[in-house]
Amino acid sequence: MNSVNLLTVDNLTMHYMTREGPVRAVDGVSFTVQRGQSLGLVGESGCGKSSIATSLLKLLPDNASLVAGSVELEGVDLIPLTESEMREYRWDRISMVFQAAMNSLDPVYKVGDQIVEALDAHYAQARDDSLERVRELYDLVGLNPGFMNRYPHEYSGGMKQRAIIAMALACEPDLVIADEPTTALDVIVQDHILREMKEVQSKLDMSMIYISHDMAVIAEVSDVVGVMYAGKIVEYGPTEGIFGSPIHPYTYALMSAFPSVKGEKRELATLPGEPPNLVDPPAGCRFHPRCSFATDECRVSEPPIVKQGSHWAACWNPLDE
Amino acid sequence: MSNTDIPVGQEGKSPAARPLVSAKALTKLFPVSSSWFSAQKSFVHAVDNVSFDLMPGESLGLVGESGCGKTTTGKLLVRLIDPTVGHIQFDDGTGQPQDIAALKGASLKAFRKSAQMVFQDPYESLNPRQTVFDAISEPLRIQHLGGPAERIDRVSNMLSMVGLTPPSTFLFRYPHELSGGQRQRVVIARALVVEPTFVVADEPTSMLDVSVRTGIMRLMDSLGEQLGVTYVYITHDLAVARYMCNRIAVMYLGKIVEVGETEELLGNPLHPYTKALLSAVPIPNPGSTRDPVNIVGGVTTPVDPHPRCRFYDRCPIADSFCRDNAHPPLEDKGAGQFAACYKV
Repeated sequence: MNSVNLLTVDNLTMHYMTREGPVRAVDGVSFTVQRGQSLGLVGESGCGKSSIATSLLKLLPDNASLVAGSVELEGVDLIPLTESEMREYRWDRISMVFQAAMNSLDPVYKVGDQIVEALDAHYAQARDDSLERVRELYDLVGLNPGFMNRYPHEYSGGMKQRAIIAMALACEPDLVIADEPTTALDVIVQDHILREMKEVQSKLDMSMIYISHDMAVIAEVSDVVGVMYAGKIVEYGPTEGIFGSPIHPYTYALMSAFPSVKGEKRELATLPGEPPNLVDPPAGCRFHPRCSFATDECRVSEPPIVKQGSHWAACWNPLDE
Repeated sequence: MSNTDIPVGQEGKSPAARPLVSAKALTKLFPVSSSWFSAQKSFVHAVDNVSFDLMPGESLGLVGESGCGKTTTGKLLVRLIDPTVGHIQFDDGTGQPQDIAALKGASLKAFRKSAQMVFQDPYESLNPRQTVFDAISEPLRIQHLGGPAERIDRVSNMLSMVGLTPPSTFLFRYPHELSGGQRQRVVIARALVVEPTFVVADEPTSMLDVSVRTGIMRLMDSLGEQLGVTYVYITHDLAVARYMCNRIAVMYLGKIVEVGETEELLGNPLHPYTKALLSAVPIPNPGSTRDPVNIVGGVTTPVDPHPRCRFYDRCPIADSFCRDNAHPPLEDKGAGQFAACYKV
């Protein structure tokens, strides 16, 4: 793995305009993804994980706007690109596996043809070549190529998800963003799919951004983890560091609230309160109303970055070892 | 093939303790026709000859993948649907034990006072046009319990028990003014307001965020103890079941394939399906490794299933004996653990 940054995101800020005022869904988020690496973004619902994904691809709803920041893919900033320039990047360089992707297949077309359609949009090639490519992709994601000529309703949930992943890989992108790729699936199917995605990733030397609310899935698939809370990354670092010695009280609370089937059965922690409304987020550290370590400065000013090697957190009262 | 005499492993209880709920050979078939013009009927064996006992104060987890029949079993236990075959003996110690499967009319309505259900999705199980008070007092109204003043008292009391305090600020709110966690608290309050002895909770926490989930799990636990509720938890998440249940029953295609005390079952799974299910659960610790999941294929729908072991097609240890014999009975494998497998 060479350590060249494939993607550099700096100070990305995205707001949804609503009648109550702008919702600060993504607020000054910065991270990098190296070639071949997987980044995991973990957090609860409404913390801005999926908004980051749609911002990176600029697939934004009408009421959303990118207020500040840059998204550089190998030196090219995607933010100023026009829609038609952006189309060159989508799917070809960055593709995405959407949340509830199983419902994103068109029920009246054969699944294979839907992947051919994605290929046709990017390559001028004969239909036979496209079909051959789909056959390869089916093999790659562990689907029987005989199923190419079937309709989505003939697929099980896991098979649809595999087909969606095949579609995301169709143009051999440099980066795949997987937004809750296995959330609706049963554990055994989830296990198969995550393993296959990892294999494909190393075979094609792709980078991945996994987005999930499930700490356990993120722990297993990511090299680097960003923990999000209320539109910000509050802690970022190598997976072992995040899970082994968390710095931010929120990360620690999330982990102590997460049950595991293995190991000693420890008491689960409860976190009081609910995540804040992002129209009017709390001043200072956004986590302070729920934090048991909060002090006066937390309530007033933005927390500083605390660094431990490549592992950092934004906190006034970082946890020690 | 009868396996109705499953002991419950409640050694601590007095020998006189009788099960609150005792399901015997519970079966639910759903008809499906193979084609529009075909007279021949096929059946989905959603729940197939399932028997178990539930002791008062216990909480039993029904776990398994989607389509294994756990929700159907839950609905049968509170008679939201009628069993095709089988009996459910219900004995809350107050009156005569009754067979829930045979209840009708007034006695069925009376039974609803003792048995309630909590549904999965708090966004869909509350009527958006009903206030919190309307929702929670509806069971009281239906059961003709208390006058208007008493109902307000009981609902307020219930709200503070589920942690929505002060109750006066919540009574007249609508569901859209509540967060997911608060909604689920309302749903729990609605189930418990008639003081049931038996509650079936269908994935009560699967729609909630991690930080809110523990609160709901704790709440159900402590209310269960306070009010003497016996729970059946339906969940796909073994890690949640570990924290909520004394005993776990693993279901596969309409059959219970393994039952045991929670820690025994998770620490020493016997049935090959339980093993696979457990090794597929990701661990929130990047240093840990899991055994590879050694089963192939996916869950099918049990339409007119072959009488042999339901797990035969996916089983890594099946042999010709499994192929040629009927589905194995649930057998005592020691330490209060029961598995339906010829090979363990």
